[in-house]
Amino acid sequence: MSTTAIQPVPFGRRLKRFMADRPLIPLIILLVILVLVLQILRPGIVNERWLANTVKFAIPLAILAGCQTMTMLTGGIDLSVGTVATMSAFIMATQVVNHDPAVAILIALVPAVLIGLVNGIGVGVFRVHPLIMTLGTSLIGTGCLQVYQRTVIASGAKIPPFLAWLGTGLTYGVPNALLLFVPIAVLIVFTLNRTGFGRLLYAVGDNEGAARLSGVRYWQVITALYVISSVLAGITGLLYIGLIKAPSLSLAEPLVLPSVAAAVIGGTSIFGGRGGYTGTIIGALILTVLTTLLTILQMPEGARRILFGLIVLFVTAAYLRIIEDR
Amino acid sequence: MTTSPLLDATGVVKTYGAVVALRNASLSVLPGEVHALMGANGAGKSTLVKILTGAIRADAGHILIRGEARDVRSPADARRAGLLPVYQEPSLIPDLDVASNLRLTDTPVEPFRAWVRELGIPDLDIRDTARDIPLAVLRVLDLARALAVEPDVLLLDEMTAALPANLAEKVLEVIRRQGDSGRSVIFISHRFVEISALCDRATVLRDGETVGVVDIEPGVEERIVEMMLGAKVEKTRVAACQASQAASPGDSRPRLGVANLRVGSKLNDVSFDLVNGEVAGVIALEGQGQDELFAALAGSIRPSGGTIEVDGKPVKFAHPADAIRAGIAYVPGDRTEALTMQRSVRENIALPFSAALRNWGPINMAQERSTVVSAIERLQIDTRAQREVQRLSGGNQQKVTIARWIAAEAQTILCFDPTRGIDVGTKQEIYKLLRELADQGKSVLFYTSELEEVQRVCDRVIVIFGGRVVDVFPVELADEPALMRAAYGLPRGAKADVGILADIHSSPVAKP
Repeated sequence: MSTTAIQPVPFGRRLKRFMADRPLIPLIILLVILVLVLQILRPGIVNERWLANTVKFAIPLAILAGCQTMTMLTGGIDLSVGTVATMSAFIMATQVVNHDPAVAILIALVPAVLIGLVNGIGVGVFRVHPLIMTLGTSLIGTGCLQVYQRTVIASGAKIPPFLAWLGTGLTYGVPNALLLFVPIAVLIVFTLNRTGFGRLLYAVGDNEGAARLSGVRYWQVITALYVISSVLAGITGLLYIGLIKAPSLSLAEPLVLPSVAAAVIGGTSIFGGRGGYTGTIIGALILTVLTTLLTILQMPEGARRILFGLIVLFVTAAYLRIIEDR
Repeated sequence: MTTSPLLDATGVVKTYGAVVALRNASLSVLPGEVHALMGANGAGKSTLVKILTGAIRADAGHILIRGEARDVRSPADARRAGLLPVYQEPSLIPDLDVASNLRLTDTPVEPFRAWVRELGIPDLDIRDTARDIPLAVLRVLDLARALAVEPDVLLLDEMTAALPANLAEKVLEVIRRQGDSGRSVIFISHRFVEISALCDRATVLRDGETVGVVDIEPGVEERIVEMMLGAKVEKTRVAACQASQAASPGDSRPRLGVANLRVGSKLNDVSFDLVNGEVAGVIALEGQGQDELFAALAGSIRPSGGTIEVDGKPVKFAHPADAIRAGIAYVPGDRTEALTMQRSVRENIALPFSAALRNWGPINMAQERSTVVSAIERLQIDTRAQREVQRLSGGNQQKVTIARWIAAEAQTILCFDPTRGIDVGTKQEIYKLLRELADQGKSVLFYTSELEEVQRVCDRVIVIFGGRVVDVFPVELADEPALMRAAYGLPRGAKADVGILADIHSSPVAKP
């Protein structure tokens, strides 16, 4: 064995293996390339203010993409995050007129917990497909919100100053939203890698039958998961309204599909069992930068969307090829 | 014997990669005969059947139908050549009614109805959806559908399995009459009683090779058993008797007590005890109810009757978690059922630790590492590719499924054919491990499809046939011929008794 000359591994192959072992590297490279392209197209745009702005807009997307990451690990998806975020934002903004902000926030998170519970029981106990289940609760939630809007139409809405501070404020040039996001991100990463619950998400998504034989009760895991996902979406709503400052009935809806895209670009498999949150965060940043890039190209809206869709498809397909080392 | 055969297959070879499924199989069926095809598990019966019916293609060999060389490329070809199979699994499409199913295969309806009546089902409505029809009736409908097109050669795979006695009797009668009308039947069965009642000749396969063709006559079952075993007929030396046997016999309640356990139509009445410190072997031919027995003991499916006791206390398992809490762990035969393939060795071994709600919190990584590492060392798992279990070899994957329960310190392990498809070295290690577990006072229920493993591992053998325990005997008596006879439902030590084939109703199978 030792006498045979060591075959030099081709550079391409070595690079591929390197990428497969560290799936974050190609993502970071892509992000840097996008920023460079932006700088070349519009010299001087990449500065401290632009960075802070990008981070501010990427954070709500990244938290919602965290919901998608966790549900996708089990082979599911949570399409109700947009509605839940909108509901909690709208309810908070209208309740804060009559209540203390803390009370208003608690009231605002009640529907989030309820929708999460219904999602979890539907998927975990009654085995409704997550796509249908969360789409259904999302529609129901939107309907309820419209009814609710009639009852509060007279009272008006306002945004508590500290939410505006959290959503848009900067401290020494650093977005205050990071105060909320960093703990959430750390918690999600820790949960996925170092807790029993996180292990079960991967196990259930990889092979539900094997998890069952190991004594895992599927419905418990799934119910807890969808409640957590919904609560995170609710919190995102509160943050997002601090950023947008205009409560509406479709506030966070445009974030839903990009949140799925961010998780997929970040390397989380939609079939379950594979992925992680760090990739998702970079995925959210990539999408945000990409949006800016397409905005400054001054293309018509239609062309911009076509390009956005094509790039998302291409990046996902290419990335999966790179990290799948078979 | 001067008539030329209707179907004549010679020198059939089929390999899957390095695995040889058939090395030299032949089968010759005369017009008007009912021909039994026999062989132990893995002898190549099903491969040969699939080749004859065009489901897969042979690598070499000749198949002559009515003396003409035919290249049977697809099931449709086989059908045109006059060869029709009826498989164990019902073949009607569940979402269509019976009439639409008949149209799919161009089966004439009136003959079909006549055959259904003949086979003992007077009141079939062909507008019924197949899904709503009970399994036993579906199998009869499959047979009727095949009979209705009047095939020259009818191929029946375990036709009477899962049929109630009255239907089985009708079916056997109809098959016998097929032969009288000049058509042939290839009859695959594990039941000597049926073979003796029906068949004219039998072809015996062993290790992918045809080892003999015999006429069915009283007393031939011993010859067939010998052929299926090959050179191993002389009584093999009993492995050194295990010391653990004397450890704790009878002084305490059994670890696991099973009484009159029934599951659906597959497992009819099974009772046995498993005590701490023993490895009890379970021997059964394919599909005799052993899968259901293990699944019921593991909490995967609910039994339809009978009781399970753990340490003397009756238990009801609604979920595998209940069985695990009682210290009963199940290692399935198919590794892909037990492993999360994209996850690491460590996560796979540690999976049961996180299962319960109270263990969902932060993991003590250091403690988990030491537990996992000691389990890995105990089983000598090759951890070079430990980041993803799917990159491990089959043997190492199997070790991971067992290591999980060593780490979880399960008191009782239900091992379902743990050595299927793994290399010899790993097999030896698993035998050794199971013995060690028993010596430590744990109990193991060990189903194996390889009879020779019984003497290497077990203290006792439980033989299941037709969903019932037909025999329990100590390992000293469990040489391969004895096991093989028992597995086929033949009484132990009945070598001299040639009469058992004569009367259908004296066999344990036919008892209601």
